[in-house]
Amino acid sequence: MPYLSGEETVKELRRALCNPNVHSDPLRHRNAVLRVIRAMSQGVDVSALFSEMVKACATVDIVQKKLIYIFLCSYAAVNPELSLLVINTLRKDCQDPNPMVRSLALRNMTNLRLSSLVEYVEQPLIAGLRDRAACVRRVAVLGWAKLHDLQPDSEIDAAVVNELYSLLRDPDPVVMVNCLRALEGILKEEGGVVINKPITHHLLNRLKECDIWGQCEVLKFLQRYQPQSEDELFDILSLLDASLVSPHPPVMAATVGLFLSLCGSLPAVGLSALRRAQGPLLAACGSGSREMRFTALCHIQLLLRSLPGLLGAHYKRFFCGYAEPAFIKQRKMKVLVELVNDDNVAMLLDEMKGYCTDVNPDTAQAAISAIGHIGRSYSDRSLEILVGLLGLKQDHITSAVVQTMRDLLWVCPQCSSTVCLALEECEDTMQDAQGRQALLWMLGVYGERISSAPYKLEVFIDDVRNETSAGVKLELLTASMRLFLCRPAEMQDMLGRLLHHYIEEETDMCVRDQALLYYRLLHCGKEETEKVLQGRRSDPSLGVLIGPPAESISQWAHSFNTLAPLLQSTFKPDSKPQLSDALRCDPVETSGKTPADCSPITQLAFLTSSSAAPLSLSVSPALSPEKFERLWLQPRAQHDEHGKLQQTVFQCSAQSLQASLQLVNVQTLAFTPAHARPWKVYLYTRMQLDSRGSTLILGELVHCEEEPEEKTVRVTLRQQPRDDETLKAFLSILTTVLHTHSSSNETLKDI
Amino acid sequence: MIHQIFILSSKGDHLLYKDFRGETCSDLVNVFYEMVTALPGDQPPVVMRHKDRYFVHVRQGGLFWVATTTADSSPFTIIEFLNRLSALVKDYCGVLNETNITENFALIYELLDEVLDYGYIQTTSSDILKNFIQTEAVSSKQFNLFDLSNVGLFGADTQQSKVAPSTAATRPIQGSREGGKSEIFVDVIERMSVVIGSNGVLMKADVEGEIRVKCYMPNCSEIRIGLNEEFSIGKSQLRGYGAAVRVDECSFHQAVRLDEFDNHRILRLSPSQGELTVMQYLLSDELPSAPPFRLFPTIERDKGGRLIVYLKLRCDLPPNSVALNLCATVPVPRGSLSLSQELSSPDQRAELRPESRAVVWNIPRFAGGTQLSALFKLDIPDLSSASLLEVGPVSLSFELPKLTATGLQIRFLRLSPIQPSQSQRWVRYVTHSDSYTIRV
Repeated sequence: MPYLSGEETVKELRRALCNPNVHSDPLRHRNAVLRVIRAMSQGVDVSALFSEMVKACATVDIVQKKLIYIFLCSYAAVNPELSLLVINTLRKDCQDPNPMVRSLALRNMTNLRLSSLVEYVEQPLIAGLRDRAACVRRVAVLGWAKLHDLQPDSEIDAAVVNELYSLLRDPDPVVMVNCLRALEGILKEEGGVVINKPITHHLLNRLKECDIWGQCEVLKFLQRYQPQSEDELFDILSLLDASLVSPHPPVMAATVGLFLSLCGSLPAVGLSALRRAQGPLLAACGSGSREMRFTALCHIQLLLRSLPGLLGAHYKRFFCGYAEPAFIKQRKMKVLVELVNDDNVAMLLDEMKGYCTDVNPDTAQAAISAIGHIGRSYSDRSLEILVGLLGLKQDHITSAVVQTMRDLLWVCPQCSSTVCLALEECEDTMQDAQGRQALLWMLGVYGERISSAPYKLEVFIDDVRNETSAGVKLELLTASMRLFLCRPAEMQDMLGRLLHHYIEEETDMCVRDQALLYYRLLHCGKEETEKVLQGRRSDPSLGVLIGPPAESISQWAHSFNTLAPLLQSTFKPDSKPQLSDALRCDPVETSGKTPADCSPITQLAFLTSSSAAPLSLSVSPALSPEKFERLWLQPRAQHDEHGKLQQTVFQCSAQSLQASLQLVNVQTLAFTPAHARPWKVYLYTRMQLDSRGSTLILGELVHCEEEPEEKTVRVTLRQQPRDDETLKAFLSILTTVLHTHSSSNETLKDI
Repeated sequence: MIHQIFILSSKGDHLLYKDFRGETCSDLVNVFYEMVTALPGDQPPVVMRHKDRYFVHVRQGGLFWVATTTADSSPFTIIEFLNRLSALVKDYCGVLNETNITENFALIYELLDEVLDYGYIQTTSSDILKNFIQTEAVSSKQFNLFDLSNVGLFGADTQQSKVAPSTAATRPIQGSREGGKSEIFVDVIERMSVVIGSNGVLMKADVEGEIRVKCYMPNCSEIRIGLNEEFSIGKSQLRGYGAAVRVDECSFHQAVRLDEFDNHRILRLSPSQGELTVMQYLLSDELPSAPPFRLFPTIERDKGGRLIVYLKLRCDLPPNSVALNLCATVPVPRGSLSLSQELSSPDQRAELRPESRAVVWNIPRFAGGTQLSALFKLDIPDLSSASLLEVGPVSLSFELPKLTATGLQIRFLRLSPIQPSQSQRWVRYVTHSDSYTIRV
């Protein structure tokens, strides 16, 4: 009754429950109780009816009893004293001749979760363990686990533990599995339930009696067992062979998990188990439930890490269905990319081509980048498709294609002639900043081979005032400079205009700085400029790509059949670590990463501009060295934060570090001389807290080179007044500064 | 181990919430709904993380069935369990929808209580559960003035009652307690996924099928289902010539006894009340007959700058078969403004859906051996020759009643003990399109 307020409802319900006429008619009584529960599940607070409901508990009607128990278990914590009244009824029910009533009473007695009731519950639980009916024993066994959970500190009776161990031999399989679960909880501190040889063999023998849920649970517990000899191991494995190809995905997955953990030392056996399990896994990929499909796909991705060629013949099973949700389509494409081989590449690319025009732009982009991935080994065919897609003249597709081409060029420079030809004809302007950045990078690096490159740049330069993305601006500068070096006649005027605009009118410090840098660089002459600008065009270390080597199973075995593979995409977008590492040094990867081929100063300016918004650092009012020393040595007034930053060798000079720290508004106060070990830096900054004034942060960086394998900088920070959030933020800024510094050192060396 | 179970409607209304481990934190439901609705399109929604708690959910009947759990639980188990739970609720309540769940909350609480204890799965077998479940299902059948087909004049039985109404199989299993009809349904359901290349070559053809038994017979101890005698599994076992029915992989429910299967292709089982998937099978890369539909498209630009799409669709089913609710989706170039159409019969419809960039052509009934055609003219402002490339693969969705793509048939269905005459046995065949794509 929505028009009644909560209080009104409760009053109304109380009247109904207390009405003697209702009491005399069991059906009306039950309906009254039902209304209470309905109100409860709709979110009305009906705890005021507790005493009425306790009275209604004394009934022979099982449905009513069950309803009341739902109520009591939800509100027992609010009314511990009144709950004592229920105990008597419950204890009486535990003696009932009907096993269903007994198990119901026992279950709800333990579900009340009141430590004051423990003494009343123990006796019925002990009796429950020896009950004739299996359903009562099931409840009683888990009851002990609940009891232990309620008072984790109390000693558990050794007799009960023994009884539970002996119940592992109970004729009812659910009781057996419940015993395992209960013992696991009760003996958590001692390392859980003991799985020794007799128990293992007992469990294996009874595996067939359990339903699929029980089997999964038992298989999971068996992972803990270490077979004593190889013969025993193989006996166990051959016993489990049937479950390995079980039509129920949970059983199959649990068995594979057990195989992997038992065969940790025998990788060949593990691999052959995986080969055997591929059938059921493939079947799960075609399951009617899309969630199950997704789970199976994620696990197939795991499998492929160790057995790259495994499912090549079954690639058609991973073709996307028309009505499948985007997340399944994208997973399937990731699998398809792994399965490509000489036989299926034509069919596969043909299929992929169809996905590129998907209505969902995310799926379309995923398909395009998947084709790019295949292009690393089959570049001609893939490029043909990519070039064709440019013809569609669709904004999101063009942008994705251009980005894919750039990534492909980075890995396979031999594709450059085709790409240059295609870019020659690509005329559209893209809305997407990432796409424009990719296009500019290619125009800069391969400008001498694209005859129309200056005209394309001209479009950008004419429109420079409307450009908003800092990443595109920087890329435009670099591309114009590079192109100027190889085609000075066409570019001179344009570059002049661009530099003039950026130096005079640009508000973004980072872009302006870079423009200034290039301007000064041009004064140093052509050779110098070339030295700085001609960075790497591709990653020679990748060479001919033959796919990632097969990983050993042990690298992912622990995450098999857990939620981790399903979550992975959120944390690790690329499953191939060494490839993504290689791409990380791609100079135009994203606007968030600083272009590696500009000077450290501009990089840091870039950093300030991006981090200026959330927190503002300032060095004023200045702190005198004396005051710093006083504050630093002042005992406990501040908060200390110690941390170790993993850094590459820290080989920059004190001056450059000071300069870069100043850029982010951190003042360095003192250095130890360059050759002294450990090398120390003292620094301070003030951080603006929103409306609460500011906080002062003092810091000490210590760089020891005693242990050369541990190249770390130790950071000690003191803060006044304390504010954890800003401290963390500061630490991250500091980390970035140090990191940029050390990495730019490397890139500078490269140049 | 499952910590909480909750059911949400698609709009986020709380329908049901049960906690198993004594951690009262009902805010989780709202957290979940916010997370699942705020998820960007390219992120998989099945598993989501909130602090140290993981949400695993499935969508069934338009509802969210959510379990919260810890990181080390098996996703296969939890997802299978949630699917099983929704199937159980469907068995007990009839149809899965919002009203049915709210009406039957007491029953579902009772069910959850028996199925899970302390977060551990106890049993999901409807045979065992039926001894414990006491609440009667409330069936929310609305009285419909227009649906008088089953009520004869002056209460007399009409011819209609000889035919099972389509909702017959979606009723609560407990209905039979109060003298409901005792019935058994054996459904052979197949899903086709087919890709046909632009040159008409069959590039991929998979059929996934299952035999489902829905039993509403309280006193039936055993049923025997006879399949085609020429039924063979795997590539090597070709048994003779002629109309052999072949599947690649086949798996059975554990309750099925296969002692007569090898020689006579008979499945024996003791059915439990409710729904049971008896057998699942898969046929890949091969169809025993021609694919049911062929498409002959012509796509060109006319002088007025309009895009002309002429589709000729042929149904290669046997002449006495029919395809229902056929729906062809033809992707069209971006920026299509309006559609003019010429269809070959008045019951067909076609419309342009700009949001999904497609023309959808609906054919309610399509007889085997016939051919239909459609002419679409699309106005597209800046049509280029490249735009023709965007007229991409045509997808068909359809339903083929009384037909299986593999040719699997149920030879007989015998019940023992012999059931009284008013019991009814139904065998139904249907093939759905899982994904039927024709490239152009």
